Amino acid sequence: MNRKNLRIAAPAAMLALALGLSACGAANESDGGSDAPSGDSVSGTLNGAGATSQEAAIAAWKKEFQTANPDATVNYDPVGSGGGREQFIAGGVAFAGTDSYLEDEEVTAAAEKCGSDIVEVPVYVSPIAVIFKLDGVDELSLSPKTIGQIFEGKITQWDDAAIKADNPDATLPDTDITAVHRSDDSGTTKNFTNYLEAASEGGWTGGTVETWPIKGGEAAEGTSGVVAAVTGGNGTIGYADESQAGELGKAKVKVGEDYIEPTPEAAAKTLDTATPVSGRAETDIAVDIDRKTSEAGVYPIVLVSYQVACQTQKDAATADLVKGWMTYIASTEGQAAAASGAGSAPLSGDFATKVQAAIETIAAA
Amino acid sequence: MTTTLSPQTPGSGPLDVQQELYGAQLPSWGSKAVVGLALVVGAALYLTGTNLVLAALAVWVVSLGLPVWSVVVEGRRKATDRLVTVLVTSAFALAMFPLVSILYTVISKGTKVLSAEFFTYSMRNVVGEGGGIYQALVGTLLITGAAAVISIPIGIFAAIYLVEYADGNRLSRWIRFLVDVMTGIPSIVAGLFAYALFVVFFGEGVRMGIGGSVALSVLMIPVLVRSTEEMLKLVPNELREASYALGVPKWRTVAKVVLPTALAGIVTGITLAIARVIGETAPLLIIAGATDSVNFNLFDGRMATLPVFAYQSIRSPGIPPEFSIDRAWGAALTLLLIVMLLNLIARLVSYFFSPKGER
Amino acid sequence: MTSTLAPRRKRGTVVRAGDRIFSGLSTSAGILILLVLAGVAAFLTIEGVPGILANPDEVKSGQSFWPYVWPLVYGTLIAATVALIIATPVAVGVALFISHYSPRKLGQILGYLVDLLAAVPSVVYGLWGIQFLAPNMVPVYTWLEDNLGFVPFFAGPASATGRTIMTACIVLAVMILPIMTAICREIFLQTPRLHEEAALALGATRWEMARLAIFPYARSGIVSAAMLGLGRALGETLAVAMVLSVTAGTVTANLISSTNPSTIAANIALSFGEASGKTVNVLIASGLVLFVITFLVNFAARSVVDRRKEFSGAN
Repeated sequence: MNRKNLRIAAPAAMLALALGLSACGAANESDGGSDAPSGDSVSGTLNGAGATSQEAAIAAWKKEFQTANPDATVNYDPVGSGGGREQFIAGGVAFAGTDSYLEDEEVTAAAEKCGSDIVEVPVYVSPIAVIFKLDGVDELSLSPKTIGQIFEGKITQWDDAAIKADNPDATLPDTDITAVHRSDDSGTTKNFTNYLEAASEGGWTGGTVETWPIKGGEAAEGTSGVVAAVTGGNGTIGYADESQAGELGKAKVKVGEDYIEPTPEAAAKTLDTATPVSGRAETDIAVDIDRKTSEAGVYPIVLVSYQVACQTQKDAATADLVKGWMTYIASTEGQAAAASGAGSAPLSGDFATKVQAAIETIAAA
Repeated sequence: MTTTLSPQTPGSGPLDVQQELYGAQLPSWGSKAVVGLALVVGAALYLTGTNLVLAALAVWVVSLGLPVWSVVVEGRRKATDRLVTVLVTSAFALAMFPLVSILYTVISKGTKVLSAEFFTYSMRNVVGEGGGIYQALVGTLLITGAAAVISIPIGIFAAIYLVEYADGNRLSRWIRFLVDVMTGIPSIVAGLFAYALFVVFFGEGVRMGIGGSVALSVLMIPVLVRSTEEMLKLVPNELREASYALGVPKWRTVAKVVLPTALAGIVTGITLAIARVIGETAPLLIIAGATDSVNFNLFDGRMATLPVFAYQSIRSPGIPPEFSIDRAWGAALTLLLIVMLLNLIARLVSYFFSPKGER
Repeated sequence: MTSTLAPRRKRGTVVRAGDRIFSGLSTSAGILILLVLAGVAAFLTIEGVPGILANPDEVKSGQSFWPYVWPLVYGTLIAATVALIIATPVAVGVALFISHYSPRKLGQILGYLVDLLAAVPSVVYGLWGIQFLAPNMVPVYTWLEDNLGFVPFFAGPASATGRTIMTACIVLAVMILPIMTAICREIFLQTPRLHEEAALALGATRWEMARLAIFPYARSGIVSAAMLGLGRALGETLAVAMVLSVTAGTVTANLISSTNPSTIAANIALSFGEASGKTVNVLIASGLVLFVITFLVNFAARSVVDRRKEFSGAN
């Protein structure tokens, strides 16, 4: 029998090793739980799931939140917006992150599960930059119509008349354009195509979609994939979160009569010009961005990502935890942490006040 | 092993006898010269700016000169032999190329971050520089360990059933066939299956390490059954017959004769199966979730794992991205190290407990 | 298979408790596998059927199920087939090199190296494919388009970034190499030494020895290895998703352009995150289709390859 025992020995040894490790926790983790929670800090485990776009921001928020509340642990599964909404509605997670606000029927379903209204607030605003790489060209200005036509494959060369019209001073080569888009379904694509549909005056006919609708062009997975594909080629153009664009050129986009650079400040202003979605509860701050805005200094290609939670929580401890978490996120410090950790645009003062008021209503049943 | 078997070792007899026995031969430096020439041509092409892939192709084409030369001098059979040698060796070189390049990438990028802190810190409250993979390391060891504990007995006993007990009956044919089908289950489907299973017992939003183990077991069992079955089939029947002739009952024959004889192969199969699943990302993301903190309890709450950690770190690096991406490579390297260790253990086990025979 | 040789009840041998327990354990392990598979199949069917029956306007793609899944099936088959065509001869060659051509010590080290690669996570293969392989393949694709453009596979236009289905196939081939090589190697090493030496003694060259003594013996094992490799190639998600530049609904024989069909598994990975409602069912139904494909492929392989039992030790 000894041979058979030994055959099982390898994994058993691994287990023993793992259990041996278990004697000690991570060097940087204190033994939470033994100390009584001090002062007004909250405790417990808060689970969320949803959009991958918020992941980097959530890492930054978690750090500050868990430092301030040593007995609290926040987990976030980056399963995607759809997965997050589904799990939230099924009651699997306490909060969801989503790149698009809940549909009306989803709101109804969620409210039913919660036994109350939902609190839905935009917490993460990120400018989407039109990135490009073209040897000899560092600056580029583009009108929405031109962008739409480039991504639809109607403009195929960099020295096209439409691009020249936007850039009278630049020398443009006759390089072929390779337009790179996301191959995975994403909120970034949805917001980008939403902008194109609204603002491109017919230059874009693909509608507002999460899945790229046009045949042709180059596809890449995730923001990092698009950035890598654009970096790797010449004459390439794509769209990605401004913070991840790195050394790549970022096109200025025509708004009204000006060409606006993608900056967090310019992106944050879009929320102020946005219109609230009608027919929603007071705590549901879903907005439609005005993509066609001509207001000065507004950069309209932004990704707005929400967090959703129940207004009525099952007990006081959970309510404190959820409320504490979301209050922190919407606070000036929280928004600043996301800005430095993930390159997002901080909510403007007025808008943040509205968001805070909605979060304030979270309470135990 | 091959030197003693090599058929072409010329004897030391008189030259004419040698000629008669072996026929005309290429000079002993022949193969080396052709391969050397091929490499020189390839290197020259590569250095003068030819694409890497095309240069490699050139090396291969020149190497084919050897069998051509051989067919002229030595005749068809020898030439075929040389051709196959060139093909086998170039297949090997071809395979080594990506393998070595991947290994090199992982090692060179991964070693940068390895440090005591990297292995003992978790990612709790870490943004940007610093932090470690302790939580993911613990999770990977526990989840994969549990998956192994579930799958190895099932896999081995099923293989024993197929080879020793089934008698080629209909059930065994079905099992064998369905095991093959099981190898084609996409890993993400295994994850969804485990999630659906656990939701039945624990309700919506369930996340636990053991769920990950179940998902990994679904992927691991077919590899185990398949490899173990092949190894058991290779045990010569003479051994079984000898054992029966001595009056040893069947189960003891299997346990004491068949299994030990096939041990080396079975252990390789086990390590392969573990290596196959230890790098899985998609199913663990669904059922085991992700967390920054250490969790030792397989039956409660989210557990971080190395592949999920690497995937997340690359997908959402934050700014600046370098630190996070370095950690991802470090996690990939750690996975390699774990498998290396496992291989070592497996080799020791088979070395000490295989019957000492001709191998 | 061993029944004729095993001690039999009929002859009056005492049935030992140990035998009963052992055969009981083995049988139940086999049956457990059937149950697990039945569970997976049931899960896929229950969750998938609503997706197959879903109305086009209920799902994100806006297509009914079969037109939606057909290009994916096509892409999956192309990718897995080409990967297997590349990997099988290479794996057999590598295994033969390690087991019979290289010096024994070197062979062990090399085998060890290959085993390690089975553990590299998909995401690393994906990164390698994007950063290293794809740029290096661009000139090859351009050359193929210019010189072999009349072959439908290489019709072009060649991709400028190299992220084509051909590149994905190569990445897949590299990914399935370790497991195929390891199994082939173990089996080649198990060839009875007497058979090999007998062949050599009869004057066979090394290749003839391999052909006459090793391959017949190892045939069923090679097929097993290929099936395992195929399984992994069919089911691989992340690496393909990262490497391939996909365009929904493409069906083309062209292997070197940037307009490529996706594979079922990669499509699940790319679409699952943002899916909800019936769209999830559609994706799971596509998983069911993959399951059926694997079923059929294995079935075909079994009937084509007559397992030559006379060479198996346990016949």
